[in-house]
Amino acid sequence: MSYAIEAEGIEKTFGGDVRALDGVSFAVEEGTVFGLLGPNGAGKTTAVRILTTILAPDGGRGRVLGHDVVSEAVLVRRLIGLAGQNAAVDPYLTGRENLTMVGRLNRLSHEVVAQRAGELLEQFGLVDAANRPLKTYSGGMRRRLDVAAALVARPPVLFLDEPTTGLDPHSRSDVWGMIEGLVGGGTTVLLTTQYLEEADRLARRVAVVDRGRVIAEGTPEQLKADLGTTVLDVGLADAATAERAAQVLAQTATRAPSVVGSMVELPVDDGPRAAMEVLRLLDRHALSPTVFRLREPSLDDVFLSITGKPTEEGSEDGASPVDVPRTDGKGRRSRRRPGKSRQVSATSPDGGARAR
Amino acid sequence: MTLATSTTKTADFMSPSTGPSSGSRLYWAMADVLTITKRNLIRFRRTPDALFFSTVQPIMFVLLFRYVFGGAVKLGGTLPTGAKLPYVDFLMAGIFAQSISFGGIGTAVGLAEDLQTGLIERFRALPMARFAVLAGRTIADLVRNVFVIVVMTAMGALVGFDFPTGGLAFIAAVALWLVFAYALLWGFAVIGLSASNSETAQVIAFPILFPLLFASPAFVPVYDMPGWLQGFVTHQPLGVLIDATRALMVGGPTASLVGQSLAWIVGMFAVLVPIAVWRYRERS
Repeated sequence: MSYAIEAEGIEKTFGGDVRALDGVSFAVEEGTVFGLLGPNGAGKTTAVRILTTILAPDGGRGRVLGHDVVSEAVLVRRLIGLAGQNAAVDPYLTGRENLTMVGRLNRLSHEVVAQRAGELLEQFGLVDAANRPLKTYSGGMRRRLDVAAALVARPPVLFLDEPTTGLDPHSRSDVWGMIEGLVGGGTTVLLTTQYLEEADRLARRVAVVDRGRVIAEGTPEQLKADLGTTVLDVGLADAATAERAAQVLAQTATRAPSVVGSMVELPVDDGPRAAMEVLRLLDRHALSPTVFRLREPSLDDVFLSITGKPTEEGSEDGASPVDVPRTDGKGRRSRRRPGKSRQVSATSPDGGARAR
Repeated sequence: MTLATSTTKTADFMSPSTGPSSGSRLYWAMADVLTITKRNLIRFRRTPDALFFSTVQPIMFVLLFRYVFGGAVKLGGTLPTGAKLPYVDFLMAGIFAQSISFGGIGTAVGLAEDLQTGLIERFRALPMARFAVLAGRTIADLVRNVFVIVVMTAMGALVGFDFPTGGLAFIAAVALWLVFAYALLWGFAVIGLSASNSETAQVIAFPILFPLLFASPAFVPVYDMPGWLQGFVTHQPLGVLIDATRALMVGGPTASLVGQSLAWIVGMFAVLVPIAVWRYRERS
């Protein structure tokens, strides 16, 4: 098996005591998308910066297509493209000028650069905006140009650092489509993301990163199988009642339910069937839910299932359009970002059965 | 000439590996410098307001000193013609000093901004020559300095400066200023690479510049200053440059002063360039 990207026990400490990476290891097969999944501050960006030769590791080693990112940094830079939250384009230059600049700095001839810029602008639907300065672009257009800039030199290995963070849902699915197109062309992609949904959709394998360590690795299916395909949220009147409900409901869950505030979170396999059973159980024990909903697992659920505790920063940048306002308001953390969620009236179990 | 004009050519090449003469590292290093220089020049053109206001301040200084403070300054010197030295002739060297030193703040702010926005982050992952980021920045800023000096010369002529030593000596003075400006820009690059953001870069640059510009013979003759201050004023780099170029522009012995200026310039290059390169490498 041949790996396009290898990280072996990479360590990095900032300022003497901030341990950004604590022995991160993973390997990415050629021609696949690999997802580094984790909350803000988990170390994803630091790992990308080391693998793209921007930052030197304190320990361990990284290789791109077999070349060491420290001792063969110059060679590695010819093999990679980098786009994402920290690698910017120039807002005062036009789209075409930005692509031309990056192309020239990739040591391509004027002719090739001109041709590639034209191709990429077309491919990413930016022809009309090609000669406008980037500061007039929307967030999604800018992100597309950012990725296009990383592709000018047709690198075999591409690093995308949170390519959709802060984008609206429409732009996000645009970027997803674009990434899927790339892999068809044989490019290896390392993608970092805070969204389980994104990793699930794009990545063949996923490593979950927390506090500078890989805490789980596998295919998205494996991660979700671990987790149950659906999460059932049941809100109760207070924390004590929630604890009691959790004990009652334990038998229907694929894993032990967790209690967060007055909410019980139940990973289940067959959502609708489980919902009916849960409602029956609650009714039998005279427990009356204030919130009842089925949703896809979120990053927080992955963390809960692996570490037994939620992410510390979680999805703090509440800018995400998939945020669903919480309705219980009973001491529950409000920063949660559930996946696709459906609110189901507690008084209509049939609605619950329809939910999935 | 912009980046965009080169893209209007029809491209026939299919292979991305096609490039001019193989393995010529120097060629590509120079090409990198040119690319970054162009990028910065395009930015100047796209932000004409910034360029406008960076010339407005020196113009205001010309008017302020020529018409408000100038009358109160007692000059002892004479022109080569034997006439008493008019203040406007005395002022020109000071105005050049002011435009060049304060104009350099743009270098510090620009680099700090590129670090902040992440553009340099992208550059670091590209197979380009590392020093091109700094060289391209400083060369573009030098071009801006040429522009400002032309504007200031026109302004000087407008308020009565009449090139008493002739065009050639004046051009020599301008050339000396530009070489000095380029050395100084590396100092500003160090500031930009050391500041945590662009606002800080500006805040750091100002208190360094202020004593150099005002504890100098830029706007007033030194002989009324206290003795201890005169020692600093006549030996600090900006003071030496002002004296040397003033001698070139209005007359007086030049050899020693030009020699001292060149010594400062060489010294500044020797110290500031390595520090800037080191800061660039370390900063991540």
